[in-house]
Amino acid sequence: MLARVVTFAIDGLEPRRVTVEIDVRPGLPSFTIVGLADRAVREARERVRAAVLNAGFEFPQRRITVNLAPAWLRKSGPGFDLAIACAILAAAGQLPAEALERFAVFGELALDGEVRPCGGALAVAEGARRAGLSGIVVPLERVREAELVEDLDVAGVGTLGDLARVLRGEARPEPSAYSWPRRSARHLDLADVHGHGGVVGALTVAAAGGHNVLLSGPPGVGKTMLARRLPSILPPLERAEAIEVTRIHSIVGAYGGDGLVLERPFRAPHHTISPSGLVGGGTAPSPGEASLAHRGVLFLDELSEFSRAALEALRQPLEDGRVTIVRGQRVAILPTRFMLVAATNPCPCGHAPSRRCRCTEADLGRHRRKLSGPLLDRIDLLVAVHRPAREELERAPATSSAAERDRVIAARKRQIARLAGTSATCNAQMDRALLRTHLALEAGAERPLYQAYAKGELSARGRDRTLRVARTIADLHGEERVRRGHIVAALGYRHEVEAVPEAVA
Amino acid sequence: MSAACDSCLRRSWLVARLAGRIELARHERRPLREILALSNDRLLDGVGGDARARIAVELEELDTAELRLAADVAGLEVVCQHGAGYPARLLDLADAPAALWIAGGCDRLSTLVGGDVEDGPRSVAVVGTRRASAEGLEVARALGRGLAVAGVTVVSGMALGIDSGAHAGALEGGGRTVAVLAGGADVPYPRTKAMLYAEIGGVGCVVSEMPPGMRPFAWCFPARNRTIAALSHMTVVVEAASRSGSLITAELAADLGREVGAVPGAVLSWRAQGANALLRDGATLVRGVRDVLDAVVGVVAEREEMARDLALEPRLRDTLEAVSGGADTVAALAHTPGEAERALATLTELELLGLVRRAPAGRYVAVTP
Repeated sequence: MLARVVTFAIDGLEPRRVTVEIDVRPGLPSFTIVGLADRAVREARERVRAAVLNAGFEFPQRRITVNLAPAWLRKSGPGFDLAIACAILAAAGQLPAEALERFAVFGELALDGEVRPCGGALAVAEGARRAGLSGIVVPLERVREAELVEDLDVAGVGTLGDLARVLRGEARPEPSAYSWPRRSARHLDLADVHGHGGVVGALTVAAAGGHNVLLSGPPGVGKTMLARRLPSILPPLERAEAIEVTRIHSIVGAYGGDGLVLERPFRAPHHTISPSGLVGGGTAPSPGEASLAHRGVLFLDELSEFSRAALEALRQPLEDGRVTIVRGQRVAILPTRFMLVAATNPCPCGHAPSRRCRCTEADLGRHRRKLSGPLLDRIDLLVAVHRPAREELERAPATSSAAERDRVIAARKRQIARLAGTSATCNAQMDRALLRTHLALEAGAERPLYQAYAKGELSARGRDRTLRVARTIADLHGEERVRRGHIVAALGYRHEVEAVPEAVA
Repeated sequence: MSAACDSCLRRSWLVARLAGRIELARHERRPLREILALSNDRLLDGVGGDARARIAVELEELDTAELRLAADVAGLEVVCQHGAGYPARLLDLADAPAALWIAGGCDRLSTLVGGDVEDGPRSVAVVGTRRASAEGLEVARALGRGLAVAGVTVVSGMALGIDSGAHAGALEGGGRTVAVLAGGADVPYPRTKAMLYAEIGGVGCVVSEMPPGMRPFAWCFPARNRTIAALSHMTVVVEAASRSGSLITAELAADLGREVGAVPGAVLSWRAQGANALLRDGATLVRGVRDVLDAVVGVVAEREEMARDLALEPRLRDTLEAVSGGADTVAALAHTPGEAERALATLTELELLGLVRRAPAGRYVAVTP
């Protein structure tokens, strides 16, 4: 007896159609799974057998062969359990096989026959839609997520028994009561920040133009606290963006919720992270922190502590907004359009500029060299974070996230209108050619740039960075043209490495 | 224009040739100044056995034209005790260098440190620890800049830390500076200061008593210090530990009857021990450029800096005053993001005017002319 069930494997971030073929024939009882299955898939044998029996079905005492086709595609994870169980029951005539033709089946089984949620439901649902199937069976907890795909009949099942009822066309179980994900209660807001006016201003500029930022300041001064509030002033996720984010987070299992991710992600990997942990990798390429931060913020605290290999690996993601991972024959293209916020101590001991700093000139030079390099080229703003004075802590907060966010949204709108028809969507993405055509510089406004350049305090790359930031400052002020004042303000954010001549470095 | 006589060139060659043996003699606690004051023959006597004869022959057969050619190739000029262009103030040393190899030209050296101590251009040595604090660097740099602007030549050793800070300041102040190296004047030492070396060579001078290409031995540094002390009217120690090479320079300067100054430091800091000890022993207290200028030039007239400040628009002037008064970060100048943006722009304006400078970690420093 033969049966077929369609399910999907996740390859990078892409759903790939997998047909579970099953052959049940007389012989010594056995249960074999073939088709480049990894350990978690091969272990499905034990889970499926127990679940089928515990759910009150009969497990055929025959020779069972399961093939996961196409045979060349590497399959991993427990999401095949439900499809395999389904195929066995259909082959044994315990489920209506014809109903299975309309559905893709996806889920993990518990030994007692319950269906457990597993990551990637949204991607699988998208795959089902694309493959022309009319419906999908997913774990009950993942119904809202799969329903994000339009024109697809999503059936949630809590047990193997539910699945049988769904296929027979009987009543479907209702997804358990759940609340739509709201903005989390402990929402981080700039209104909680006392002092740090300069840094908040810089973060607003960064958010408005999509610029990457380097925060430099002693330990414990509030760099992380400030960076965590950056998502709160970024424009809200658009639906298409939210679906991208949900898909990635669901596949990685970084998202325990239900339905759409509404908040921009904030990822803060520890500095011991490996290059593949940061940008993605593995024998079956899977997304890394850079992809988890897609459409959100990637925060690298203690930038100089990250391995050089990890930082080098960030170059392509920063440059292109995606990363191409090649492992063996497999190529995965993972989206990585995030804002980078890096934080560093101003010196190895962390106490500069106070008198407590015990670092020598050589220490400082080493520290600076560690920070320099191609990654810094992609960081438009350098911002010093200082310990606020005591009076600052007592003063009412200067602004709130809502107020700054409105300014950011207005500035972004101007950019989108101006950059329409180009490859860029925000100022930070303007390359040198776009800077020439889309900057709208007022005549003579660039004089301060020449002055700084002549004094050796600005490099050619630094000039481009300054122009991009100046454009954003003008956008925040709602001005068409970039004026001298905007350029001067932008120069204040230029990198320290350029401000310190080699002579005393 | 190598105005050096053959005998001085031979002497210079011989000292370099025997550098390794001088190093050994130093280990036996022979005072360096006695060794360097020895005549050629006595120096050779210190070499035992066959080597003495061999080196004596080498010295005999030395082709001084080759040495002159080496100087040309390295882009150096060489002057000697007996020739024109040799800084007369060096002759105050009993063990004065026989020859001086100069990057930057002997004419320029004359305008920087020519003549004897009484007449001739004023010059001040600014020296200190290699492991300087950020604050010490700032002081050295301000001294270097202020002195150079006032037309005083800044002499130092181009070492890491204070020395380099002083040179960098002098370069900012117009470039009146002389670096005295322990090794050959064509070899940037330390190597990390290659850029500074090029800048000094461009507008000031780099000098050494060692022939081109020579790598320094340990004894060359105290030897170099005597040249620094002798070239200067005053030696100012910025930061020095209790057993620092800069203290050797200060001691040599005192022996030569030159002024010695020291910048005081926190009593608990190891970096301040040397300078504070000098102060206790009667060195001139140096709080800033003015104190140095008072000592080497006489009381300085109030210069036109006040007038310049008055010409600033109020916004810039207020901020400049605030920065000088210690409110030296954006955080200290502004509260709201809007104020911060304006403060940042104002500071950058001042920076473009050359009135403040950005220091590490987001600090701004008022540039004292």
